[in-house]
Amino acid sequence: MELQVDDKCAFATTGGRAFDATQPTVLLVHGAGMDHTVWVLQTRYFAYHGRNVLAIDLPGHGRSEGPALISIGGMADWLFRLLDAVGVEAAAVVGHSMGSLIALELSARHPERVTTAALLSTAVPMAVSEELLSAAKANDHDAIDMITVWGHGQGAQLGGHKAPGLWMTGSAERLLEQAADGVLYTDLSACNDYQGGLDAASRVQCPVLMVMGQDDRMTPPRTARGLTDAFPEAQTVIIKGCGHMMMIERPDQVLDTLREAI
Amino acid sequence: MVKPNFPRFDTLSLHAGQHPDPVTGSRAVPLYQTTSYVFQDVDHAASLFNLERAGHIYSRISNPTTAVLEERISSLEGGVGAVCTASGQAALHLAVATILNAGHHIVSSGSIYGGSHNMFTHTMPRFGIETTFVDPRDPAAFRDAIRPETRLLFGETLGNPGLEILDIPAVAEVAHDAGLPLLIDSTFATPYLFRPFEWGADLIMHSATKFLGGHGIAIGGVVVDGGTFDWEASGKFPTLTEPYAGYHGLDFVEEFGPQAYVMRARSEGLRDFGACLSPANAFHILQGVETLPLRMKRHVENTRQVVEFLDANESVAWVSYPELSSHPDHALANARFPKGCGAVFSFGIQGGREAGRKFIEALGVFSHLANVGDAKSLVIHPATTTHQQMDAEALKTAGISEDLIRLSVGLEDPQDLIDDLDRALRASQR
Repeated sequence: MELQVDDKCAFATTGGRAFDATQPTVLLVHGAGMDHTVWVLQTRYFAYHGRNVLAIDLPGHGRSEGPALISIGGMADWLFRLLDAVGVEAAAVVGHSMGSLIALELSARHPERVTTAALLSTAVPMAVSEELLSAAKANDHDAIDMITVWGHGQGAQLGGHKAPGLWMTGSAERLLEQAADGVLYTDLSACNDYQGGLDAASRVQCPVLMVMGQDDRMTPPRTARGLTDAFPEAQTVIIKGCGHMMMIERPDQVLDTLREAI
Repeated sequence: MVKPNFPRFDTLSLHAGQHPDPVTGSRAVPLYQTTSYVFQDVDHAASLFNLERAGHIYSRISNPTTAVLEERISSLEGGVGAVCTASGQAALHLAVATILNAGHHIVSSGSIYGGSHNMFTHTMPRFGIETTFVDPRDPAAFRDAIRPETRLLFGETLGNPGLEILDIPAVAEVAHDAGLPLLIDSTFATPYLFRPFEWGADLIMHSATKFLGGHGIAIGGVVVDGGTFDWEASGKFPTLTEPYAGYHGLDFVEEFGPQAYVMRARSEGLRDFGACLSPANAFHILQGVETLPLRMKRHVENTRQVVEFLDANESVAWVSYPELSSHPDHALANARFPKGCGAVFSFGIQGGREAGRKFIEALGVFSHLANVGDAKSLVIHPATTTHQQMDAEALKTAGISEDLIRLSVGLEDPQDLIDDLDRALRASQR
């Protein structure tokens, strides 16, 4: 569905079902350089199981009008205005990687709007290597290669997609290549510059789920330990043998974990 | 800068798409000879049918053994995904039927496999799809043949049988300027010799029966989606960009992004047309793919020796292989095919059709049959066999003369192949 946020077109897929204001809502927030399609299976499942789904494209991503926003706080506030635009009082918010920081910040800034926060492949701080930032700044394809290789677990480098016939790393590359020049760098900079995650965590009032991939090389589970401790209450799930792109690598485990939490 | 490395070609040929079986520990890809898969519960079943969860339902749509082959070929070509089919012809049909409707039009190279030519010329028109054939060496001819109802450009990496090298970047530019995808049949090249996506192609198909399988034991095909074509921006492909009633209004591009084409091909094309690859054939073809790099290297080495022998033989009127300076695409071959131009090529024999008959019947190591890409060396006379449905004009467009003999060079000792050819050439001139 297309929405107007800040007088600009914003897009969210609803999983093939019309938005129904009487149902609870799940808000899905993608990571750096990506878009709503990373959630395709989870989107369709929740949409056909009694939820409204808003798998959004952040500004400047997918089908949402740009430019891309430069800070995690700015993106959280944009989500707040998107919820207003669609008339949702409160939603379960699920964020992946950069999206997890946005979900965290939204939950801290606007606790009344978030019923549950699910942070997938998260880290605080979310430091980005200088090599990756430099390549992204130059719009060098090496940045896409780094994210694709580092973003998939060792096993996933050789495939084994749950959806028959799909090649995981090839699909990730094509998705990242669709992003306009500069978007990936803007996103990665926003992650790298984000401060105050632990403080935000202390202000979160809703139940929190943290899901991490045991083999994640971009946000290894150890980089989220401080965050885990900062939440008043948080459930932590670690998926064995899984890398950073957990919705793609282990769609069923991610879905089942989310089903229980939200 | 430390660059991350993807697994390389030879490793992918052996491992892509498969992990050792978690239950049995089986290192080899197991042959899942089953039609169907037990659902965990009713909700799981419904979710699989509605593309909310991924998994196998029925082997017409997907099968675990076949899925390994699909991922493996997709990885070797650099695509986002692949769908295997019952044959190369089924792959071509699926590639077309996924995005074309009655009233649409194809612009195709005229130098293509006779079976593909037949499908486009005689069969597709019965379903309202017309094709215009053009000179593969003339990208402008592709442009000139495009009509408002054109939806696809098609050609072969290496034309059959003349090995015309399609200038894929130039033809892709023509296609993309018109908002159309370029489908490439890359059967003769295999991804070991040439990867069409890296040169601008949008879709690739193979007859996996040939070099991918490589042993002449299993018929199969595959369609690979490059994931690069912008179906939404083109605006000409409603099967991918508008709600599909066959899946509760699913919009493939909106929900699957770069995987839209391959998802539609499977969820409609295999579901409804049903030309699926048998898991047993997938298993056989997988054994071939494991050694694809080794075999293609040897195929090309043997071919080079055979070409050199024939080119110097006085009973041979001409040899058409792009690595020869006499071939019109020699420069393109040097620039784009450093690993060789494959193992299928043609030559003309002195004495025409009658000499050709004597030659073929005198061969002992080469087998006279209608196939290419076997580990064993093969020979055929296209004008009377694979391309016999073509009229004189189509044969001329395809570069097929009556003296043309096509060889598929196998993996035997190259001296035995040369000895066999030498003996048969002498017999042909008596």
